Amino acid sequence: MDNATEVKTSQLAYGPTEWDDYDVPPLTTGLSNEKMTMWAFLGSDCLLFASLISTYLLLRNRVGPDTEGSTAADLFDIPFTSVSSFVLLMSSLTMVLAVTSIGRGELERCKMWLLTTAILGTVFIAGQVYEFTGFYREGLGFTTNISSSAFFTLTGFHGVHVSLGIIMLVTLWSLISRGNIGAERAETVEIIGLYWHFVDIVWIVIFAVVYLIP
Amino acid sequence: MNVITDSHAEGTDEHEDHGLSDVGYIKIALLLAVLTAIEVLTYFVDFGVLEVPSLLILMVVKFQIVISYFMHLKFDNKIFSYLFITGLVLAVVVFAAMATSLVFWTDPAGCDAGRFC
Repeated sequence: MDNATEVKTSQLAYGPTEWDDYDVPPLTTGLSNEKMTMWAFLGSDCLLFASLISTYLLLRNRVGPDTEGSTAADLFDIPFTSVSSFVLLMSSLTMVLAVTSIGRGELERCKMWLLTTAILGTVFIAGQVYEFTGFYREGLGFTTNISSSAFFTLTGFHGVHVSLGIIMLVTLWSLISRGNIGAERAETVEIIGLYWHFVDIVWIVIFAVVYLIP
Repeated sequence: MNVITDSHAEGTDEHEDHGLSDVGYIKIALLLAVLTAIEVLTYFVDFGVLEVPSLLILMVVKFQIVISYFMHLKFDNKIFSYLFITGLVLAVVVFAAMATSLVFWTDPAGCDAGRFC
């Protein structure tokens, strides 16, 4: 290893600094690098979903000259999707309760809320799989027409986001169970929570714009 | 500094420095549930010309509530808000660009982007 990298800031000419307790220097803003990065990622992810939603809105009624069949909007089951939306919305509550629990040092309660959030997310994904299967049985596949492609791409991307969130939640639950994450690293739970709430707000937009607005 | 929800006043919904208490979050979730129920109601009840505006307003209100309270932007450092809002504004610009195509752009064959082609 390069000797220069082994020199601690406390050994430098300007003496000890308040950074010495950190593995990496904090930002000059005094904010957490990880949290800042997550917010930047979420901001950029807004662009991804704006593009996908815009594409769907442009193509929602297009079945194309060479293809036929119904559009996804013809097959929507609004009562069923409403229940799925409610489940995802409530998972945001359980997530925020997990964050407050670990903030108070209540690890067992935090684990319970994390697991509840993961289960609610899984219920949402199961609902999406059920919906997609129903569409397929009605003859609406990914390549049936340009409208269906846009719909499955949009909702599929959101489903992938939720699935990744579930994996993160279960991993977090496992790390806390094994003692790798304690109350002193509550920010880790908060950052995962930010991601989870983001997939919720994206669904709030998709549910209104894609499913409910005629 | 790292901002963690720190609700010392458990059992109340009073504002703390960095968030609400558990009861406060449950009240927020109930409000979101009511707003969602109203959204779904527009599917079963004819709201006429108010249907689309009311759905859009409800969507924005729900969005705002989640990012403000559940994601703590209301209580957190403003830099996080600026980061997220920057992405959000760019997203709205993308959406607006798409919207213009529905109004102004048609192909030479007269295939309107908003119709069956």
